[in-house]
Amino acid sequence: MKDMGETPLLQVEALSKRYGARIGCADVSFDLWPGEVLGIVGESGSGKSTLLSCLAGQMAPDQGRVLYQGRDTVAMSEPERRVLARTDWAFVHQNPRDGLRMGVSAGGNVGERLMAVGARNYGAIREAATDWLGRVEIEAGRIDDRPRQFSGGMQQRLQIARNLVTAPKLVFMDEPTGGLDVSVQARLLDLLRGLVRDMGLSVILVTHDLAVARLLADRLMVMQGGHVIEHGLTDQVLDDPQAPYTQLLVSSVLQV
Amino acid sequence: MSDQAFNFAYLDEATKRMIRRALLKGIAVPGYQVPFASREMPMPYGWGTGGVQVTAACLTPEDTLKVIDQGADDTTNAVSIRAFFARTAGVETTTRTGEASVIQTRHRIPEEPLVEGQILVYQVPIPEPLRFLEPRESETRKMHALEEYGLMHVKLYEDIARHGEISTAYAYPVRVEGRYVMDPSPIPKFDNPKLSDNPAIQLFGAGREQRIYALPPYTQVVSLDFEDHPFVASKAEHSCDLCGCGTSYLDEVITDDRGGRMFVCSDTDFCETRRAQGHRGRLAPEERT
Repeated sequence: MKDMGETPLLQVEALSKRYGARIGCADVSFDLWPGEVLGIVGESGSGKSTLLSCLAGQMAPDQGRVLYQGRDTVAMSEPERRVLARTDWAFVHQNPRDGLRMGVSAGGNVGERLMAVGARNYGAIREAATDWLGRVEIEAGRIDDRPRQFSGGMQQRLQIARNLVTAPKLVFMDEPTGGLDVSVQARLLDLLRGLVRDMGLSVILVTHDLAVARLLADRLMVMQGGHVIEHGLTDQVLDDPQAPYTQLLVSSVLQV
Repeated sequence: MSDQAFNFAYLDEATKRMIRRALLKGIAVPGYQVPFASREMPMPYGWGTGGVQVTAACLTPEDTLKVIDQGADDTTNAVSIRAFFARTAGVETTTRTGEASVIQTRHRIPEEPLVEGQILVYQVPIPEPLRFLEPRESETRKMHALEEYGLMHVKLYEDIARHGEISTAYAYPVRVEGRYVMDPSPIPKFDNPKLSDNPAIQLFGAGREQRIYALPPYTQVVSLDFEDHPFVASKAEHSCDLCGCGTSYLDEVITDDRGGRMFVCSDTDFCETRRAQGHRGRLAPEERT
């Protein structure tokens, strides 16, 4: 997969974030390559979400650098960062209510990013919205319904459509399947896998569900207490965990 | 006959100075909402406290004031504010658009074209065009600063998706000189084209929300729309039943409980002037012989 001639899409160097005396995340470094899915796993409070917020520019890290295509996103001005956030990046929240406009129709939700980057043709926006609703398996007939009339799984799929409509390069996902029942989760994972492959997306996926990580991620980072304690290919980390905490994590998964 | 218990035009000089500074800033940055320390006025919020403060800050003893409410000179709001300034400033008042130097308005722009030297003061209930889409003030300010106006089109998109056309009929959002998106106050969108390239100074005052904004003369103001759903300055498809004018903005008046109705110019001065010139509409009273 990796072409050594390319440069990493995202380079993270010694990133740290503290909340007063407590550690959010400490000394995190990694490279993310184009088309790669990186899973970040760990229990609640291990610093996964803090790390994700720092990477996505929603929170300012205390130390370290984040280079996106060679540009330092920590040092760049806020307007530049916000432009990146609505063009090259996308953020899928755990709770679709955080990522959707609940008072705006499904079509308007999908079209918002297009209009934010200058689309001014109603017909074209509507066509793109219809197309994307189809790609996330929502009937075209529901384009004018509000998200609150949708089920949880549909809301999450709508949020994904809304984020991917401008063909971003890098997607941040925070527990995208959290709070959904198992069969809906499976469908969503299937869909995500297809989209990631078809669009060649790079994804940073935060999850505490190892099954989700196994299905989607190429590489895994295991976090505990704000530190990365293990890092490697997904199968390698899950099948042959080295760190004691990872061994515990893998062995705590319930078998049906 | 000014009442000596008041300073000229009710407000004290320091307050007027503060408002004038906000007005100057507003004029310098067209469409930008300038915060100002709005005062309590002897009238309830929603009755034009913002407009009254702006008018008070602009008035000089030589001015002639006209006040309109939905185009009419003789409704409660217009009569009260006119009387207020007649008493506290002792300025001359008029109902003639052409004779006024300062016109305070609620929800209309007069039909008669304004000229250089005139000031049009709008009463504004909610100055933030993005308010109903984004409730956080901190966020809307940032959106204005960074020109992130995609959301405004989401509102228009929703209109078309639900009603088949842009159904926003008043307070129709505009872009000023290609920079700030502005709420033109609840004027009908029929009046939107008059905002642009207008020789008069246009000042907007929102008392409760404590914002002032402005359009200097001859400012370019564009109504937002889609390429395939262009802006239309719509009005009722009728002529005025009193003066017969087919191009003015009309009010619909119910005349009985059997479905009877008539359409009349909302601008009373315009309508009266035309009738005085001999124009007659469908329901105009017979001329006395």
